[in-house]
Amino acid sequence: MSKNDEKQHIVPYRTFLLVLLALLAFTFISIGATSYNLGPVTVLIALLLATFKTILVLTYFMHLKWDVKMFGILVAAVLALIGVVIFITFLDYLFR
Amino acid sequence: MSQDPHTDEHRDDIGSRFGMWLFIFTELLLFAGLFITYSVFRYKNWQAFHLAAEELDVFIGALNTVLLLASSATIAMSITALQQKRKVLSLGLMGFTLLVGVIFLVNKYFEWSLKFEHGLYPGSETLVELGKGEVLFFGLYFFMTGLHALHIIAGLVFIGIVFNRIIKDKITHDNFVHLENAGLYWHLVDIIWIFLFPLFYLIT
Amino acid sequence: MSSEQDTRKEPSFFEVKKHKGIFAWLLSTDHKRIGLMYLYLIMSFFVIGAVLGLLMKLELIAPNKTIMEAQTYNGFFTLHGIIMIFLIVIPGLPAIFGNFFLPILIGAKDVAFPRLNLLSWYIYVLGAIIAVSSQFSGGGPPDTGWTFYAPYSFKTSTNMLPAVLGAFTLGFSSILTGLNFIVTIHRMRAPGMTWMKMPLFPWTLYGTAWIQLLATPVVGITLLMTVGERLFNIGFFDPALGGDPILYQHLFWIYSHPAVYIMILPAMGVISEILPTFAQKTIYGYKAIVISTLAIAFVGYFVWGHHMFTSGMSGTALYVFSILTFLVAIPSGVKVFNWISTIYKGSINLRTPFYWAISFIFVFMIGGLTGLVLGALATNVHVHDTHFVVAHFHFIVFGGVGFAFFAAIHYWFPKMYGRMYDETWANLGWLIFFIGFLTLYLPMFVLGMAGMPRRYFDYLPEFHGGNIISSMGAVVLIMGLIIIIFNLFRSARIGPIAEKDPWQGKTLEWTVDSPPSLENFEEDIEITEGPYEYE
Repeated sequence: MSKNDEKQHIVPYRTFLLVLLALLAFTFISIGATSYNLGPVTVLIALLLATFKTILVLTYFMHLKWDVKMFGILVAAVLALIGVVIFITFLDYLFR
Repeated sequence: MSQDPHTDEHRDDIGSRFGMWLFIFTELLLFAGLFITYSVFRYKNWQAFHLAAEELDVFIGALNTVLLLASSATIAMSITALQQKRKVLSLGLMGFTLLVGVIFLVNKYFEWSLKFEHGLYPGSETLVELGKGEVLFFGLYFFMTGLHALHIIAGLVFIGIVFNRIIKDKITHDNFVHLENAGLYWHLVDIIWIFLFPLFYLIT
Repeated sequence: MSSEQDTRKEPSFFEVKKHKGIFAWLLSTDHKRIGLMYLYLIMSFFVIGAVLGLLMKLELIAPNKTIMEAQTYNGFFTLHGIIMIFLIVIPGLPAIFGNFFLPILIGAKDVAFPRLNLLSWYIYVLGAIIAVSSQFSGGGPPDTGWTFYAPYSFKTSTNMLPAVLGAFTLGFSSILTGLNFIVTIHRMRAPGMTWMKMPLFPWTLYGTAWIQLLATPVVGITLLMTVGERLFNIGFFDPALGGDPILYQHLFWIYSHPAVYIMILPAMGVISEILPTFAQKTIYGYKAIVISTLAIAFVGYFVWGHHMFTSGMSGTALYVFSILTFLVAIPSGVKVFNWISTIYKGSINLRTPFYWAISFIFVFMIGGLTGLVLGALATNVHVHDTHFVVAHFHFIVFGGVGFAFFAAIHYWFPKMYGRMYDETWANLGWLIFFIGFLTLYLPMFVLGMAGMPRRYFDYLPEFHGGNIISSMGAVVLIMGLIIIIFNLFRSARIGPIAEKDPWQGKTLEWTVDSPPSLENFEEDIEITEGPYEYE
């Protein structure tokens, strides 16, 4: 019994090109948005846009949309772990 | 990590991809330590970071971002091409990725050289005179973009090896998990840069 | 050959050599040979580390200089820590028994990536060489302690780079082993072996592997940042340049606390394998032990600050870390309860592995409970950086991983070598070791509470009595160790031939030949029941 009975899903070039366009758009939006200094909001916008771009890369370029569901769950879990560790670290720095 | 394509019953492509994802997680955690450091020092020195970031050239940063995003698209498309048995197209797309990766490194080289000329490098007197926040900003800048550049090189080597194996038909339209894995690694390198770009170039 | 050999269909893996001479070992991707290669290296380093410990205890047997200068002592406790932590207890059980037995326990013929497995071993060797080379070059042996705290780690003139880079390299080996085991456990369990039918040692290896994978990179980057400090004055941890030494501690312990769960989870797994066998009774609360294993691995990521209570963190951080530390103790308590409940009213077989297993529970409890003293903020302030801490971690790490190691080696010895060890010497060795262990480490609790600092080569006269007792305990422990190791060495070569299942165990390793054949199982297997069905 082969472990390769998965269907070989082929992603159309179009999909990748559309995603690339979206990524470029987000890139230029973030350059524009951050030219206004809104303090911490600017940082937030930049990071939010970077996060959207990352989700696009993960979902489409890295094939998570069509791959074993567990991979996507693990990615989310690892990122959540990093988030919690950063949060706990800031419990020190914020309240010194 | 690879299996002879002739012993197909033992091949486990999902397992192979799983292994690559796990390795990607370690890379995420590696850079996470630096992102933690960045967050802490940015929080403590936000004004100095703000000022220091003005030294960086947004145009080169944006150019590098665009290049890397495009190269991510091309390596993804190279898998589609290979699945369609269009070997030459696949190699061409991979070649584009490789070329772009090299250009990225060249850009980096020029960026760094410019900084060095202005006396901005870890341990320099110019930097110390600018102040503690600036020292930390540039320390993080060089360390993080430097480590990222090392990963670009690793990615290029990985893609280069796969390129070679495709030419020799060891990786084919029905046995291409290694191309997928090389692609995954390259996308990781792209994602790291997606965050480095705004954190160093855009938050001024 | 004996009749045991005649009934086996395939030759033992020792006899199948794909290369000539020593390359049968050095180029082998067989998980069993790799496990043994780790065993021999780790045992050798353990002897070196133990000798360093003994010499330290001889120095401490009296105040003032006894046999070495202060600088030498500092170098000794640093090297002792580096060897014991990075070369022994972190790789230890997974690299040795995980490699040898994980595939067999889940019904597989090897791990998911056998060549990566061999690479992990070579990286281990490289890391060891780099780390040990720190002793013989540059400005002298490192004297920072194995924790490499900033800013001293980049101010000291001693030879830090090889030590730090050696640790970095060893981390890579750990990461790759973890990666290999996760994929192995997910993808290669025998048909019918669902997750909840998998034995408990593989479960702990699974939890451990995730920690190896996700925590190690953080210390990796921290060590690289330390190199950056030393070579380029980069400034992250240097207050003079705006950096924060406490950040170093955060980053360091974000790994090094989960690292202790890398150490203890497989040890707990070994105990969970041994007790059902020697009580001839199924493990009590299999599901609870699985959940506790995962809970320890998970919650263990969030308690690192308890190593830093006196460093200058905020009050909020102090409270949060203390509460989480108490929380993570709960699943360990669940396991101890379940182990005791397993042997309660069991049909006890009083043999060497069982002695090691129950003495494990005893010393682990002492280590764990004293950990609560350290986890409580007020008492921590009093005993931090004293010998109380030294006693605590030796009970829990040496007592935990060490006792589990000896339990495991005596349990699985007949399977690995096809021979039995001498039980009288094994039991005598255990007894002497156990007495020596308690004599060596119990006084340190008292000394610590009385105020004797750690990592000091000298001490006040009032601590002399306790130190004499402790140092004598070290000598006794070493005697026990010599007996145990000699017995194992001798028996591996000329011990009586062992049967397939000398302990009447139920897990898969007892169904294969002793030693196992190259691919472990002769036929394809199908699992229909749980791992400890004794009734």
